Amino acid sequence: MKDHATLSEEFIADEPRTDWHDETLWFVREKRDRAVKQIPEWEQLRELASQIKDHTLSNLDNYLTAFEKNAQANGVKVHWAADGAEHNAIILQIIRNSKVQRVVKSKSMLTEECHLNDYLIEQGIEVVDTDLGERIVQFRNEPPSHIVLPAIHLRKQDVSETFHQHLGTEKGNNDPQYLTEAARQHLRQKFIQSQLAITGVNFAVAETGGYVVCTNEGNADMGAHAADIHIGCMGIEKIIPKAEHLSVFLRLLARSATGQPITTYSSHFNKPRAGQQMHIVIVDNGRTKQLGRPDFRNSLKCIRCAACFNTCPVYRRSGGHSYHTAVAGPIGSILNPNLDMKANADLPFASTLCGSCSNVCPVKIDIHVQLWKWRQVLTAEGYAPIAKKVAMNGMAFVLAHPSVYRIAGKMGRWVMRSLPFLTNNKTFNPWYKQRDMPAAPKQSFRDWYLKNKQ
Amino acid sequence: MSSREKILHAISINKPAFIEPPSMEIKRELSAPSEVVQQFINTLEGIGGKAILTNDMNAVKEDWKQAKETGLYIVNTLPVLGEVNAEINSSQDAHSLEPVFKTYIEATLGVAENGAVWLYESQLKNRLLPFICQHLVICLDANKIVPSMHEAYQQVDVAKEGYGVFLAGPSKTADIEQSLVIGAHGARSLVVYLTSFPSII
Repeated sequence: MKDHATLSEEFIADEPRTDWHDETLWFVREKRDRAVKQIPEWEQLRELASQIKDHTLSNLDNYLTAFEKNAQANGVKVHWAADGAEHNAIILQIIRNSKVQRVVKSKSMLTEECHLNDYLIEQGIEVVDTDLGERIVQFRNEPPSHIVLPAIHLRKQDVSETFHQHLGTEKGNNDPQYLTEAARQHLRQKFIQSQLAITGVNFAVAETGGYVVCTNEGNADMGAHAADIHIGCMGIEKIIPKAEHLSVFLRLLARSATGQPITTYSSHFNKPRAGQQMHIVIVDNGRTKQLGRPDFRNSLKCIRCAACFNTCPVYRRSGGHSYHTAVAGPIGSILNPNLDMKANADLPFASTLCGSCSNVCPVKIDIHVQLWKWRQVLTAEGYAPIAKKVAMNGMAFVLAHPSVYRIAGKMGRWVMRSLPFLTNNKTFNPWYKQRDMPAAPKQSFRDWYLKNKQ
Repeated sequence: MSSREKILHAISINKPAFIEPPSMEIKRELSAPSEVVQQFINTLEGIGGKAILTNDMNAVKEDWKQAKETGLYIVNTLPVLGEVNAEINSSQDAHSLEPVFKTYIEATLGVAENGAVWLYESQLKNRLLPFICQHLVICLDANKIVPSMHEAYQQVDVAKEGYGVFLAGPSKTADIEQSLVIGAHGARSLVVYLTSFPSII
């Protein structure tokens, strides 16, 4: 499997596209800043959200059983899944029991994490993703590259070409309005014909047994209200204790995500409508293990706003697919090593540790600290790349021995001046791949200081 | 052990020591009632909706009458406007609602900070109605606009009915190159009539 650095190299080969990606996500970050500045009590809200989540995690088992009891009293069937495979099997069973063929799905990163679509399609069931961005990537057989903006890696020309192939839209018509309208017409038919709708869950409320799903497009509601069966899929960490806590989270979520004051629809599902079946699948898939890691457990406070993606200088310039996991970006880099340490050992290193992610996080997860701690865990467990280990040990030796450091500096400056072909060389010097070398200074800072200190 | 027991057991072993829930008190300044209405209007227009001030229901009635003259399928759920569409109920399916062009619904309250209105299932008649219609018209008593989500959750019992929604503006997407397009899957337009407006100015 290719690692983050290799996949990033492929992404940044197209420089104008990389610049566009970088600027577009920064624009979203700026919209977030403008929205946040209109709320004088913003920092109080972040602190409150963080404390509500800390409290919830410390009493998670009791809140989950309270939620189960109240949801059952509401007429909702509650299922528990230890991992992705069990989650998928439960959903297949519901589908088989009711002899359903056509399924619509709104955005759920959990189902991406469990690879539900691939599983159902292998079983001969048609699953249609109904979020516009997700439908686009589904047509292209790609995973989403961002948890809020699934098709942000694509330009409108790409979408136009995809829709021309799959929906018969006019070739070369790149107008987003026109393309969105085509998707609207196409997906309306899917909604009307669907028999079963799968949605994610943004917040599940222990005291009411209800749950909230947030969308801008209205696709979760179109699916859930049109179909005879509605399945909501949630990780165990989606629980909050009380309905009043929703006020804090709904104030934070959309402002952090896209700079909107709230999503267009914040739908509160409590009971099935007459003649409808409602199911909830509560999934662990590694979350209880993460709960048992004191240094990393508060990653479970995440509300999936993606503010950390939009601000991250590495994500913006490497694209979501370079993270090779369902949840990319800084938060993905601290969640995924828990799921598979070996396969995701590269991710905590895909960061500058600048801390911008932690600064924008609406629930105050110390993301950059956890990235740094994961590096230590991974190195201790033997998952750090050998080249990096050798280089780090070499660096540690040089920095710990001032005389060696001075000689190395002198040699470096001499090589840059006298043998520039050695440093201005992509084979010998990976640093040079996307950068120009600076001019070699005449003297080191130390030499300059000794000369000028009088 | 079932997965349920396994998960609950793992949590009970791995969870941190109990942490008290925080106080929900937030120090902030609340706007005056007249400012709250203006803020609602500005916010709603900022998210693609439209607010119309009216001192009685006549403007809404006029809107409804004109809509009916188009000959398209118009659904009224408000007795105060005139005849309601009695065929709309919770068991109607998507096929029969798909042709709805415009719908008139009353909201319980509005939220100034984000332009959202709260709709109970009983106000919708059918959960699908405000999503599947092409255009949506909401009537809201301007006295029922609250400053923020905190007051909204104090006043609304979100679990009272089977379903309820905070709805803010028309359906939208920016999934193609971050270009905002109004009218993704839900209603293409949203007009909120603010009734009994003069009483609070």
